Amino acid sequence: MSLVPSTTAPDVFDESALVAKARAGDAQAFTELVNRYERKIYRLAKHITQNDEDAEDVLQEAFLKAYEHLDSFHGNSKFYTWIVRIAVNEALMKLRKRRGDRTVPLDEPVDTGEEMVAREIAVWEDNPEQRYSREEIQQILDRAIESLKPDFRTVFILRDIEEMSTEETAETLGISVPAVKSRLLRARLALREKLTRQFKRKGEDAFAYL
Amino acid sequence: MLTCKQFLQELNDYLDPNTDPDMKRRLEAHVTECPNCFVIVDTTKKTLEIYKGVEPQTIPEDVKTRLWRALERKMAARKCAQG
Ligand SMILES: [Zn+2]
Repeated sequence: MSLVPSTTAPDVFDESALVAKARAGDAQAFTELVNRYERKIYRLAKHITQNDEDAEDVLQEAFLKAYEHLDSFHGNSKFYTWIVRIAVNEALMKLRKRRGDRTVPLDEPVDTGEEMVAREIAVWEDNPEQRYSREEIQQILDRAIESLKPDFRTVFILRDIEEMSTEETAETLGISVPAVKSRLLRARLALREKLTRQFKRKGEDAFAYL
Repeated sequence: MLTCKQFLQELNDYLDPNTDPDMKRRLEAHVTECPNCFVIVDTTKKTLEIYKGVEPQTIPEDVKTRLWRALERKMAARKCAQG
């Protein structure tokens, strides 16, 4: 596994032509757009909903809605940002439904970043991504995200995995810019803590109240 | 000099390349003096790198099949509607 940023971002010019064709009713062009983004949308859906069935529904709904509403996409944002927004809204709706059923655990304790808490101050072993298999790394990362409260993990996913701006994230989630910032800080610190427990160098067991 | 608590509050700004240089300098001053915050910065950066570096996995075959079936139905319906 490499740490090079994702290279799935396609050529913008190429893409606007594709989107224009899709809007004109070219099914082939829309198919190509789905092929480009289905894996990322599915991952996003799974991360937010933490449920296979919901993630599949979100995946389908997002692309079906996109197809239906292509006319309302004006190309002032990227197609990907647009489809992510649709998917996030669908995923949040699923999450709210499940919260209603109380199948989602509420309010797990989370590092607030505001209080003094014991933090692991251990240095990581070099290149942890070479010491574990791809699947193991994937599982470690997914479990850490899963342990965050939905509000925190959603902000982390949009800002740090989907690389949306703070403003785009705020708009997509209907929350304020300061709320995005504080949730992002908490999420990052909590994930750092979890990954440190996993990746720290042997014999490193320092804590500090910070 | 900032306290550790103040520094951690501004950790996002410290990691953000667009933070104003004055703020950046104050934060930098803390990190060079404080070994604990130095480690927190380093491991937070690594946390972000490792998340950004993972490519999405392929979708399970059956999920994919159902997605395409749903899309084909939708596309066919549109064709019919347009005649
Ligand atoms: Zn410090």
